[in-house]
Amino acid sequence: MSCWDTIQDYGLRSIGIGENLLPKKDFTLCQEFTLIGSGLLWNIYFGVLALFFGFFLANALALAKASRHAWLRKPAEWFIFVFRGSPLFIQFFLAYEALVLLPRTGIELFGLTIATSWTTKAWAGALFVLFLNTSAYSAEIFFGALRSIPKGDLEAAEAYGITGWNKFRRIEWPTMLRLGWPAYTNEAIFLFHATTLVFFSGFPAFGQQGDALYYANYFADKTFNPFVPYPIIAMYFIAMTLIITWVFGRINKRLNRHLPQNMKSRIRLRPQLVR
Amino acid sequence: MFSACADPKAIEGLSWLSCYLTSGKHLDFYWSFVIVLILLAVTAPAAMIFGFGGATMARSPIAPLRWVGKAYIAMVRGIPDIIFFMFFVIALDQGIEYLKSLAVCPAGSAWPWQGLEFRVCAEAKVPLATSSPLMFQMYGFFLAVFTFAIVFGAFVANVLFGAMQAVPRAQLETAEAYGMSHGQVFRRILIPQMWVYALPGLSNLWMILIKATPLLFLLGVKDIVYYARELGGSKTQVYEYPHGDWRLYYFLGLMVFYLTMTRVSEIFLKRLSNRLSKGQATAAGEAMRRAGA
Repeated sequence: MSCWDTIQDYGLRSIGIGENLLPKKDFTLCQEFTLIGSGLLWNIYFGVLALFFGFFLANALALAKASRHAWLRKPAEWFIFVFRGSPLFIQFFLAYEALVLLPRTGIELFGLTIATSWTTKAWAGALFVLFLNTSAYSAEIFFGALRSIPKGDLEAAEAYGITGWNKFRRIEWPTMLRLGWPAYTNEAIFLFHATTLVFFSGFPAFGQQGDALYYANYFADKTFNPFVPYPIIAMYFIAMTLIITWVFGRINKRLNRHLPQNMKSRIRLRPQLVR
Repeated sequence: MFSACADPKAIEGLSWLSCYLTSGKHLDFYWSFVIVLILLAVTAPAAMIFGFGGATMARSPIAPLRWVGKAYIAMVRGIPDIIFFMFFVIALDQGIEYLKSLAVCPAGSAWPWQGLEFRVCAEAKVPLATSSPLMFQMYGFFLAVFTFAIVFGAFVANVLFGAMQAVPRAQLETAEAYGMSHGQVFRRILIPQMWVYALPGLSNLWMILIKATPLLFLLGVKDIVYYARELGGSKTQVYEYPHGDWRLYYFLGLMVFYLTMTRVSEIFLKRLSNRLSKGQATAAGEAMRRAGA
């Protein structure tokens, strides 16, 4: 069987398209590359969607935490503390066990039956946990950035008569994004890394449709040889990290385009790994 | 535990709960919290040693040593650390058995990686098949600690390397002007001065380390996650428990445990950072001087 056949059989195996049975013996390098790469689709799915939705919630949370009103500030502080202070691994388990307890037949509400079984599936449940988790981490980043906006910028805005919503939209928010962006890039990278935890926590991989680490672990278990699959998945993740750094670097450039060249903040990788 | 618990039928309500929470399995569960604390207590210094070695190597004037140090620091960037955890546990296990097989196996033994299995001769198994279950547990725990130390050592190396670079050059030059040798500058100036710069990174790592401990479960150690799943389920393969699905409550308990741990560490590290900043030429130190004056 040529490598092209393998790619056709297993290229989309992680989302249930193609060959049903996983290879059982005589593993080729091509099979390992293809399956692990197909698992990467799940990592991208979780990473991109959680980051996208998380961005909005994070902005809201950061503003709430910086609010003068205690009824806004306290819930945001608690939310951020709970999600940043506990391991993501435990959060996955907790969410899964809580979702399993929902009635199987669905919830009756005003005569409508709301199905609940889909929430225990990884694509929904795990995505939800990741979304809340990254919101909390990013909110803390944005909150820090919000507090380090130069006083002079705000005073200048007021001197021009820009106040209220206008001041926020035109001065505070762009500056907050600009200051927080390098840290946010790290958050994006490590959120992406955290997606590998999904299928090792409560959420089961139905029909052996798992993420990249799930397949790498499958190969390592079957062959008792960790020296092939793990370097392969490592290569995939290094490539993904480079792509994320590049994309976020472009955005960073755009956010900083009004500044003199030598003042631009560089994106530095900082380990903020396990959550 | 209590004598009243001997007859399960006769007890109910609170006394049932107290009997339930002191059953043998629950005592194992409480013990596993201690295991987590031991892991933290052993891993943190071990990772510091690994990290210090890595950072020093990365600064070495000898090129090959420097490359090794830099590669070690770069290792953890870009690759999810959980991959390292899963990799090192198997790789270390196999590596140890392979090295031992070179020494103790009869000459002409086959290459251990054969097709779908890893096989060394019986004498080279670590631990030996005849050793006690406790020995197996200890060995598993040792592998886990070692893996944690390697991975977190790389993070620490990253932080310490940055901190060593951050020590003001003028301080080192002053020491050299006083006639100190290279080693003396390193020991007397660089090491004592770098901590204030390293502390934010190190405290961040400590938090990450606390939050990484549930990964022990993935490394095959019977840790708190394992027991929470076992005890919380209404039945396992072996036992049937007299309660429904309580896993949610057990995991809530774990959550509270971790939140307490991180909160206490946060407060403690804040104090430490204040103490270290005293009299330092940093923004925090300057703020303290102003406040005092």
